[in-house]
Amino acid sequence: MVPLSWYLIFSAALFSIGLFGVLSRRNLIAILLGIELMLNSVNVNLAAFWRYGDVTNITGQVFAVIVFAVAAAEVSVGLALVISVYRKRNTVIADEIDMLKF
Amino acid sequence: MTVDQIIFLVIAAGTLIAAFRVVTTGNLIHAAFWLIAALFGVAAIFAILHASFLAVVQVVVYIGAISMLFIFAVMLTRKDMRDQGPQLNRNWGFGAFLAALAFAGLVFLVHGWSGVAKTASAFPSDFDAVGALGNALVSPDAYVLPFEVASVLLVAALIGAVYVAYNRK
Repeated sequence: MVPLSWYLIFSAALFSIGLFGVLSRRNLIAILLGIELMLNSVNVNLAAFWRYGDVTNITGQVFAVIVFAVAAAEVSVGLALVISVYRKRNTVIADEIDMLKF
Repeated sequence: MTVDQIIFLVIAAGTLIAAFRVVTTGNLIHAAFWLIAALFGVAAIFAILHASFLAVVQVVVYIGAISMLFIFAVMLTRKDMRDQGPQLNRNWGFGAFLAALAFAGLVFLVHGWSGVAKTASAFPSDFDAVGALGNALVSPDAYVLPFEVASVLLVAALIGAVYVAYNRK
């Protein structure tokens, strides 16, 4: 049987890789790819805690389903923003999108 | 080491390698394909955890819908996808440091927690997890309200996405 800590460390590693992507990539779409990795690591944690706790208590899976819905909403709005910015500024590089700066 | 553990380690290593390629590959369309590989790995992890509904939804929603959305977005912004210039920003060293710090902190927390040694009880053979999940999502004394709020959020996000990306010309 796989110990619970392996799942937790796996999802911590996945979360950190996603965090690195969010902090370090220049392309807006690549930043969103990193966010997807982070949301997935959270879902792994929720499923692992459901399995290693009381299996008949389904709350962990319900939480994961809600996270799926929120991830879909987030990515649709995010990519719409990217495409809108690309139309106006002809770039998807995060450094060059500085309309809010004086 | 049992067969379970070997299978888990192989899938976890493959998923982490794919995730690492997602954040380091220069060509964005390749990064999107590596993301599909990483999502498949996570779906396999769900299957190992007996979360069968989550594994199927992972394949259908994430790989079927979200990854395709990413590939479409990459193709619509093709001009800036030329593999020119650095793909990482100037502060990527600091970002790597913060990510390593977050990983070290999480591992430290996991090892300091007493519940981590818990072993999973055998999965009850007469328990229908998918049925229980479906009941929980529509039962008034369980999670019908968060479920409805999530669906309203999804509709609002999709309408907002159409509005934001709409070309008024």
